[in-house]
Amino acid sequence: MPKLSWWKIAACVLLLYTSVMGFFIKIPVLDGRLQESIRNLFFHVPMWFGMMILFVVSVIYAILYLNKGAVKYDYYSTEFARTGIIFGVLGIITGAIWANYQWGAPWSNDPKQNGAAVALLIYLAYFVLRGSVTDLDKQAKLGSVYNIFAFCMLFPTLWILPRLTESLHPGGMGSEGNPGLNPDDSSPEMKMVFWPAVIGWTLLGVWISHLKIRIKTIYENQLAHQS
Amino acid sequence: MKISSLINRKMKAAALLLVCVFMQQSLCAQPSGSPPASFMESNGKIYVVVAVVVTIVLGLLIYLITLDRKVSRLEKQSRNNKIS
Repeated sequence: MPKLSWWKIAACVLLLYTSVMGFFIKIPVLDGRLQESIRNLFFHVPMWFGMMILFVVSVIYAILYLNKGAVKYDYYSTEFARTGIIFGVLGIITGAIWANYQWGAPWSNDPKQNGAAVALLIYLAYFVLRGSVTDLDKQAKLGSVYNIFAFCMLFPTLWILPRLTESLHPGGMGSEGNPGLNPDDSSPEMKMVFWPAVIGWTLLGVWISHLKIRIKTIYENQLAHQS
Repeated sequence: MKISSLINRKMKAAALLLVCVFMQQSLCAQPSGSPPASFMESNGKIYVVVAVVVTIVLGLLIYLITLDRKVSRLEKQSRNNKIS
């Protein structure tokens, strides 16, 4: 049996820790607003953190591809973006579930919700663009350039625009905190679960992306071998 | 690809899943209404949810590990093909 790398074991341990401690730790009493649903901080929020980290990795490989021209960098870039989108979609869905009970509707056109949706659509267009080009070399080059543009839009839509208007999310105009979380709503104990959760979910995303890259490499090698 | 070994692997995974399901049921199958008799029944049965979440995460992780091993095997195969 091949040994699992340390970071894969870390992903398993951190995720199991999160899914147990996420329910066990004491949460502050928040004037009855959020109640126990603040525990979503350990499951909903890490989806977005994971997505952002995966997109950062994706854009780094896109730049590397444009610099060095090795196809493997393009594989990395696409697969990390793909997993990032999955995390983002899961974030949107879990956010809608939470919003339904917290704000009364799954989608209330909150600037943060809209911003996240726009960011995801921009990244989906990345795959539409790639799919529309048949020439593999052009596909990789165009894709990498677009990836940089998409990345430039990611942080404004998630972190800057929601700050400028009133928002139901924390960190909007006239409210405390940053667009990620409100420091008043969390306690040091919660951070002891939140950050391991972010690392655990991100490592899971890296693991999935890495598997897909390996499969793609095998496939391409086989094609090269046959021809 | 040996199909028999693949089926064998799938069966193993299914068996594992069944074990998990039955484990959950034996934990849940206690009369309700009476005062909390066990750890699982305390605190508004929140630990039942913990058990469910842990089972899902564990199941997904095991699935990922089997996928990982399968890809490793394919990599080895493709390396051997290249040499021959």
